[in-house]
Amino acid sequence: MTARRIVRWTALAAATVLFLYPFVWLLSASVKPRAQVFDNVLIPRTWAWDNYVEIWRAAPVAAWFLNSVAVSLAAAVAVTLTSSLVAFGFAYFRFPGRSALFGLVLATMMLPAAVTMIPVYLIWNTAGLAHTQVPLWAGNLFGSAFYIFLLRQFFLGLPREVFEAARVDGASHWTLFWRIAVPLCRPALIVSFVFELKASWSDLLRPLIYLRDPALYTLPRGLKALSDQFGQAGEQRWEIVLAGSVITTVPLLIVFFVAQRHFLAGITTEGPGSAR
Amino acid sequence: MKRRTKEAWAAYAFLSPWMIGFVIFMAIPMIASLVLSFTDYDALRSPDAVGWANYRRLLEDPAVRKSLVNTLVYTVMSVPATMAVSLALASLLTRAGHRSAGFFRTVFYLPEITPKVAVGVLFLILFNGQAGLVNAVLGLVGIDGPQWSTDGPWVKPGLVLMHLWSVGSTVVIYLAALRGVPRELYEAAELDGASAWQRFRRITVPMISGALFFTLIVQTIAALQSFDEAYTAFYGSAASATYSNDAALFYLIYLFQQAFEFLHLGYASAMAWLLFVVILLITLVQVRLSRRFVHYEGGDR
Repeated sequence: MTARRIVRWTALAAATVLFLYPFVWLLSASVKPRAQVFDNVLIPRTWAWDNYVEIWRAAPVAAWFLNSVAVSLAAAVAVTLTSSLVAFGFAYFRFPGRSALFGLVLATMMLPAAVTMIPVYLIWNTAGLAHTQVPLWAGNLFGSAFYIFLLRQFFLGLPREVFEAARVDGASHWTLFWRIAVPLCRPALIVSFVFELKASWSDLLRPLIYLRDPALYTLPRGLKALSDQFGQAGEQRWEIVLAGSVITTVPLLIVFFVAQRHFLAGITTEGPGSAR
Repeated sequence: MKRRTKEAWAAYAFLSPWMIGFVIFMAIPMIASLVLSFTDYDALRSPDAVGWANYRRLLEDPAVRKSLVNTLVYTVMSVPATMAVSLALASLLTRAGHRSAGFFRTVFYLPEITPKVAVGVLFLILFNGQAGLVNAVLGLVGIDGPQWSTDGPWVKPGLVLMHLWSVGSTVVIYLAALRGVPRELYEAAELDGASAWQRFRRITVPMISGALFFTLIVQTIAALQSFDEAYTAFYGSAASATYSNDAALFYLIYLFQQAFEFLHLGYASAMAWLLFVVILLITLVQVRLSRRFVHYEGGDR
């Protein structure tokens, strides 16, 4: 029995090292001088904090950072608000076509984004917005199937009597939603918000399609540009690319640590895992 | 009667954002995409109808074949690997106490929060043939590591390893599923003298088959649409020098290039529909096969 425990803890320790090491390596390499990037020593022999000054000179990272913040906040707020609205519609009301419409919501999750990618680009192009940041978040104003599904589960879990009592007292449908359902489902709304914040912050494909002007880049798009200019086929100044990776990654990690209790509990109890 | 109609209108009002969005961003684009797939269109001149020409070209285009095979091979390698590694990690965690499980869950979830483009950049360096960390570690145990990013046959295994670093959410899902398996089943089996493998095979797998099935479907669909890491590591933006490696040409990368670098919007639309058909077929086969393996509590569903 104890032998088994030793094996288990050794395996867990090994897995932990494997999962954490690339992070630690990234952080340390980003403050090494160019010649030492590949050293594989975790504590830099010479600290090169300059890398973070250099990247500032090489690219408008501050603008990219602010663009990412603005775009992903807009995306996350929009999707959480509208998806909860729609989810409440599905959860609370009985109306003709309810199950057919909800089936349609679920069906849209199966459609690969590639199928609609080109016409959606043409729509934004016709609207004169193709090379702005608007297409990166505005689609979220119409809700999203995954979050509608997630939030509907939460709303269905609320006791109906609460709503009926409020109706008797003369509350409008909007009041039921905004004053009762939304406050009771805060954890689910946080999960949806953080999920979308992460998805939107990390998105590479749409910024590649839509953003032409480097001043409008988000961090992942900017990091890709840095990697093209200074990495593989470029000037081989990896320290700049690495500093860019850190700047792209760390803000999301901070959000995650702040929200993590709601976040992981949310996926464990109500997220995809409960599909069974 | 009147109250019911009023209820229905209120419901449609709540649903309206999604219904409007469905029409503008799903229904119309789907029809448009289908129509475009039968045209030659570069977004500048108006589209020319070309009948089935795009679809015929799909069948002959060596890059389509190459990218489709690459994508399928990658999917077949990465999905089972992801599921096995996640299940192993989740099993290790089930016996850990509540607090330590929380710590490890966070550790395994961290890479999942790292933007894929950063993962692509990071592993490009870690996989460097001469000086990269991965080969340095392999060197410690006397293995002469391959040129992960330039040697064709090693590119996809490298991408799979890269992907294995982000198994966090699958681990979390399996952990939740494993926690739901009643302890008594294991105790009874142990009394009957079942080996660890038998308990795993006869109790664990059937009891969490719902979660396994769910991740199989989701992981497969995602793998068939892989883009970020391979594009970051192996493909330059149109303006920069290309440093492509054909072994990493995934279907979505080629589709993206056709659409937004070469502006072959009609051809790319046909490619998108082929992808849709492939995903649909694979998913249907998986659903079919799963009927035999997936066990739901509470009988047939």
